[in-house]
Amino acid sequence: MEFFERFAVPHPSPMIYASMVAIGLVIIAIIAGLSYFKKWGYLWNEWLTTTDHKRIGIMYIISALLMLFRGGADAVMMRLQTAVPENTFLDAQHYNEVFTTHGVVMIIFMAMAFIIGLMNFVVPLQIGARDVAFPRLNALSFWLYFAGAMLFNISFVIGGSPDAGWTNYYPLASTDFSTSVGVNYYNWALQISGIGTLISGINFIATIMKMRAPGMTLMKMPMFVWSALITNAIIVFAFPVLTIALLMGTFDRQLGTFFFATDNGGMDMMWANLFWIWGHPEVYILILPAFGVYSQIIATFSERNLYGYTSMVASMVVISLLSFLVWVHHFFTMGQDAMTNSIFSITTMAIAVPTGIKIFNWLLTMWKGKIRFTTPMLYSVAFIPLFTIGGVTGVMLAIASADYQYHNTMFLVAHFHNVIIPGVVFAMIAGLIYWWPKMFGFMLNERIGKWAFWFIVVGFCLAFFPMYITGLDGQARRMYTYSEATGFAPLSMLSFIGAALLAVGFAIIVYNIYYSFRNSPRNIGSDPWNARSLEWATHNPVPEYNFAVTPEVVSSEALWDAKKRGHKLFKNKIEKIHMPNNTGWPIIMAGLFFVFGFSFVFFIWSGVIISGLAILGCMAYRSFKQDDGRYIPVEEIKETEDKFGGANE
Amino acid sequence: MKIDSTQHLEYSTEQNRINILGFWIFLGAEIMLFATLFTSYFVYEDRIGNGPSGAEIFEITPVLIETILLLTSSFTIGLAIHAMRIQRTKAMLGFFAITLVLGAAFLGVEIYEFIHYYHVGATLQTSAFTGILLTTLGTHGAHVMFGLFWGIFIFIQIKKQGLTPQTANKSFIFSLYWHFLDVMWIFIFSFIYLKGMM
Repeated sequence: MEFFERFAVPHPSPMIYASMVAIGLVIIAIIAGLSYFKKWGYLWNEWLTTTDHKRIGIMYIISALLMLFRGGADAVMMRLQTAVPENTFLDAQHYNEVFTTHGVVMIIFMAMAFIIGLMNFVVPLQIGARDVAFPRLNALSFWLYFAGAMLFNISFVIGGSPDAGWTNYYPLASTDFSTSVGVNYYNWALQISGIGTLISGINFIATIMKMRAPGMTLMKMPMFVWSALITNAIIVFAFPVLTIALLMGTFDRQLGTFFFATDNGGMDMMWANLFWIWGHPEVYILILPAFGVYSQIIATFSERNLYGYTSMVASMVVISLLSFLVWVHHFFTMGQDAMTNSIFSITTMAIAVPTGIKIFNWLLTMWKGKIRFTTPMLYSVAFIPLFTIGGVTGVMLAIASADYQYHNTMFLVAHFHNVIIPGVVFAMIAGLIYWWPKMFGFMLNERIGKWAFWFIVVGFCLAFFPMYITGLDGQARRMYTYSEATGFAPLSMLSFIGAALLAVGFAIIVYNIYYSFRNSPRNIGSDPWNARSLEWATHNPVPEYNFAVTPEVVSSEALWDAKKRGHKLFKNKIEKIHMPNNTGWPIIMAGLFFVFGFSFVFFIWSGVIISGLAILGCMAYRSFKQDDGRYIPVEEIKETEDKFGGANE
Repeated sequence: MKIDSTQHLEYSTEQNRINILGFWIFLGAEIMLFATLFTSYFVYEDRIGNGPSGAEIFEITPVLIETILLLTSSFTIGLAIHAMRIQRTKAMLGFFAITLVLGAAFLGVEIYEFIHYYHVGATLQTSAFTGILLTTLGTHGAHVMFGLFWGIFIFIQIKKQGLTPQTANKSFIFSLYWHFLDVMWIFIFSFIYLKGMM
């Protein structure tokens, strides 16, 4: 029994027990359902072992949506707790755990996964490729992310959640102040999914550099591909910093080192520095692909070429460079001298310049355009003013001396939600709706989609604008309650109402998926939005080989110019197509990583050694195994193409 | 798989060229990894707490032996790739084997060095300085260890299959990795040991 005591939750509550039961029931239901409908083989052969970038992308997006609801539940719990003063719905410890997991889940396991999911699905199609450069590694990336996400999510029922904030500052995160295994979970979950992300980064750079369709020079790539390229470059240079920081944190907590300690040579600020050297580029990893999505959507629904293509690319490059030079602005108040703060203040404000250029480019793309207010376009149009407000408050926060007033207040919370939600979340929803017909062959209902949009936009404004005011009035963030006398009560209630509206909005999106699956027509052709880039030149849903014939490109708006100027995209005859085989080792290896992480969290050294050796064994197996892929014969391609009503030529 | 015979064997297919580019990008990430370690090392260098300083524990002899072993192995893997390009499989395997033996010898000396640190009371848990020292050296050493196994697997594959576009590609990528570890060691030698002993 002693062995099992370590798995107990240190701070249980009825809600956690209820969650345990719910998790158990869901697992049983999934197993029973798969067995009853005899879907195990289908699941394994078609999805779990797939190396198809489209299916991996869809699995990323499904996981991201699951995490959105987990993180969203955390968010609603926080707003509920602070809706009225002196509330007792959550105690201080639970509140700490909830805001910590909300942050980590939303950023690492929701937003990142959503972005990489969309990249997976869209990038190879937009550059006219068959798949990514390393399809097996791509599967491994997904499964490592998934293993990390699951490891993080079981923390609150096995052993206790991390409770030191998503920034996990030391010495708060040290074993002195965070006594449960929660922060161990944090370290290993982020480490494992971080490896997956790094592999994705390498994979996409190689894909974009080497696998573009003939004629597609770098400056003819769709803007989303550009944003993906730059984002992945940031990933490759930022994530190793996190790897080391997490390793040092793990050593401190589990092997007794003094890196972030306050004695024996340790320096707690070292964590803050390393974390934000990764963490600030990380927020650009989130926002740049969102910019890419908006660029596609705004050009499509304004029926105009994207305005200022070159300046769009240049501004993203500048943003990516500056993103590594601003990290200190996250802790202006933590003891640097005025000179240091001034330098980082200026670099931070400088980011507003390339970002502003992008905003004006989108506005000028719409200028004199034939704007169609579809649901994705509504999100994009709402994004521009809302994101600008978030950007302007960002410049306020960048003023180091004034930051002493805003630091650690709800003003900051309002600011970063104001850039992340209209920036990233709107883009992901808009992108999902926009590319939905490519993924599944039918469109989401526009009327229900617009209802969801209004709930989400209004809910967002109600939830976060009041925080600007309470923040300036001095309401500290991460406080589980406040007294009546502070006067924060009415605005906090308003904020809760906003959160509830947001929740309704997301529920409507789920209903829309169900409704459209039942009712939407399937014969929508390959280009239902009258779009501009290559992915719309193949069928809906996309066949596994993407394009029967590799397209040839002469302009940056390849499909649009094919439609309007008569450029010919497909010139060659159908030939046999080389495709990667399915493989089971990525999911097996990720499972072993899960065991490794879990064992390490709980100091179960036998588990660590066995799973560690097994991981190395998997790599050895991969080294010796030869797998040259397979060919799809011409007849099979023609058959598939006929089913879709003939090849696009 | 189209084989382009005008190129070196390791570059002869499109997948090979993609693999090599991908590995260069990976090395970019590795540079960031070691850069973070070096930065942390410089921060903690003088923060010795209750533990010894670098000057008190560094010994020049094992470090010089390690340096000579690893630099030589980097030279021999270069010769191996040269032999591969002129299609001399036997010579290639010979140089490959010498590289791996030198790598193993390097690791042996490094383990001796670590035991020495343990005996003079410099462990992970002594101070922030000794912690980052052993973490940085250990990360490099773990890379060498990983490389040894990887190299052995590639050696076996060349022995079994001969020089094909695939095995040539693997060998070339391995050589990039090995040179990279050598470069990192030069940094460790200069900025950790020499600087520490000065």
